[in-house]
Amino acid sequence: MPESTKTKTRPTPRSLAKEAYKELWLKGNGTCPGCSLSLSLRWALKALGPNTCVVAPASCTNVVVGLYPTSACGVPFTNMAFAAGASAGSGIKAGLRARGQHDTNVLVWVGDGGTFDIGIQALSGAAERGDDLIYVCYDNEAYMNTGTQRSGGTPFGAITTTTPAGKKEHKKDLMAIVAGHHLDYLATACSSYPLDLYEKLRKARTHRGLKFVHLLAPCPPGWRFQPRYAPKVGKLAVQTGMWILYEIEHGRMRLTGPSKRLASPDAQMKPLSEYLESQGRFRLATGAIYDELERWVRQNWQAVRDRLASEAAHAAETTDSAAQED
Amino acid sequence: MTQVRSQTDRLADDGDTVPDRPILAAAARAVSGNHTAAWAARYARVQVISAYPITPQTTIVEQLGEWADSGEMPVEYIRVESEHSVMSALVGASLAGARTFTATSGQGLLYMAEPLHWAAAARLPIVNVCVGRGIGPPWNIWADHHDSLSMRDSGWMICYAATHQEIFDSILMAFRVCEDPRVFLPMMICHEGFTQSHTIGPVEMPDQRLVDDYLPVVPPEGWPHTFMDPSRPTSHGLLNMPDDGFFYEIRANIARAHDRARPVIAEAVEEFERTFGQTYGGLVHEYRTDDAEAVLIAIGTLADQARACVDVCRDRGLPIGSVKMRFVRPFPVDEMRDLARRFKVLGVMERDIDFGIRGGIVAGDVRSAIQGQGDAKVIPVVAGLGGRDVSLDEQVAVAETILNAGRTGELDDQVIWLGMKE
Repeated sequence: MPESTKTKTRPTPRSLAKEAYKELWLKGNGTCPGCSLSLSLRWALKALGPNTCVVAPASCTNVVVGLYPTSACGVPFTNMAFAAGASAGSGIKAGLRARGQHDTNVLVWVGDGGTFDIGIQALSGAAERGDDLIYVCYDNEAYMNTGTQRSGGTPFGAITTTTPAGKKEHKKDLMAIVAGHHLDYLATACSSYPLDLYEKLRKARTHRGLKFVHLLAPCPPGWRFQPRYAPKVGKLAVQTGMWILYEIEHGRMRLTGPSKRLASPDAQMKPLSEYLESQGRFRLATGAIYDELERWVRQNWQAVRDRLASEAAHAAETTDSAAQED
Repeated sequence: MTQVRSQTDRLADDGDTVPDRPILAAAARAVSGNHTAAWAARYARVQVISAYPITPQTTIVEQLGEWADSGEMPVEYIRVESEHSVMSALVGASLAGARTFTATSGQGLLYMAEPLHWAAAARLPIVNVCVGRGIGPPWNIWADHHDSLSMRDSGWMICYAATHQEIFDSILMAFRVCEDPRVFLPMMICHEGFTQSHTIGPVEMPDQRLVDDYLPVVPPEGWPHTFMDPSRPTSHGLLNMPDDGFFYEIRANIARAHDRARPVIAEAVEEFERTFGQTYGGLVHEYRTDDAEAVLIAIGTLADQARACVDVCRDRGLPIGSVKMRFVRPFPVDEMRDLARRFKVLGVMERDIDFGIRGGIVAGDVRSAIQGQGDAKVIPVVAGLGGRDVSLDEQVAVAETILNAGRTGELDDQVIWLGMKE
């Protein structure tokens, strides 16, 4: 029996009805139709509330937030140089603390380029120092702001303008890299499940040090699908097992959302082809590429199942020894 | 007219010591140039420090780290993983309204170039001590000005301190100038690797309360430039389109702030003299120029030595004066024009090369400033690169060459490469 998912931070229909009115990411911003950045940032700010400062290094967010002098962000927001999301966040937090504002959240809102690639050093530094930040990597799996160039987050086989024949490498295991920093809280999320993101950020707020959320954010123009399918594509990523929703709290992993139902080795995942065929970026993918991606998905899931099993065994052992001592 | 109060009067006005604001007593300390800089940051009640080690700067941030850990200095100290992050963190902290400080050298300054430009364009009053060293390859860690001068166009104010006392005093003045609402720009205070950074000298440090008078502590509500304030949400650094936006105007405002900084620096120097009894002149400091035929302009320690050089020259009947250029940004344009009208020859001695033109970077700036003003010619003197020693005798010989060039009129296209091996 999986442990209860009910926590104090779990939203109810009533609480969400209230949340819906507290908009801190406003209408009229410059996102493309179907943009999941916009959807996710809106829910992220609902979760964190008005006592939050946002820093966004170079990414789509810098453009879509608004042209000077207009801004769609209802909380303090600063743009920052590409490599410097986490370090600027650390500075903002230190500056706020120096001025006695200890309880202000600092949200570092960074794309995959700014996290997997150019900003990974600053992220690693801030995570290792345990700076009190909420870091969200919204991963649309390429440099979308500059027109879809490959990043360390682009999946195997995907077409980008710098990998016109499809990418030859798998995406980095970012969660493993970040987990190597011994964080109290890290999680994955997907823009198609905003309540899952909401809950995770509410929970992240209560933890110490750097909290990390890796958010899959399907991008209609970059992934080549019609804007109206953005939520569907994100859901397919989860339902086919290509993207796994989970959180790791004090080293304990827990699957969330639809990924919970896929935990059993007998669970029926949707065929990966449904996900790959929903987007133009995999149009050159051959059978071999499909096979390799399927193998990759199985491998990821095996790692998750192994981890969950080992954690459960360890927990049972601890309970047994505690019972013996009694 | 401001009434000058005695030190005792001022001290008597103040209340008791608050624990989180320790009061340091006045003291004369024998310290290295680097520790002088650290002490100045401590007296200035810096609130956020972000640091990364690099020779020859390291002992500054080591000393500050020690005080941060012992609690002697109440400060948020962020030990980051690179210089790019050093300046990015200070940009964040300054946006959140804190008084910020760091130090770096050579390669480190180059690595922070991007956020250095960001800090100036964001109009943040950050103070950065640059302990000058050679830029590699080949590796070199000794006195050189190419690092700081390569950031000449970043929008930072750049000041050179020639003595330990001047390092201390310049850092206090820097915060006052940077945080002036007429300015709101960052400032780099530069001294030189090893000859200044690691030599021990006496420094008079005033009573903390006098410093607090001169440099008021950051108000609890933060500065007017505090952008990261949830009670007053604003967005910073938004995209500006070429025609409908204001990019051009915002950049021009940086130039205007540099212009406004000139009188603000003069005021800060004046008030400093009133408070502490020390003065260094404004953007430049002239020495025995009244009856001189030619002047030797220099920055940093070369300028300090130039005064001794002038004394020797005068003893030998050579009518030469010296000008210490304290600030390279904002550039002392009026002062240089004034010199151009008064003298036929301006020798400019510096530890850097402006590749692909002629001579040094500052010499080029002097030429540009004096264009059309008087008949003065500029003779660039490239000297002491990578910490190579410039002896007093060599400097005297240069002074003589400059003087003779002025007398004979043989001025064209000369660059003096002082102390270079053939």
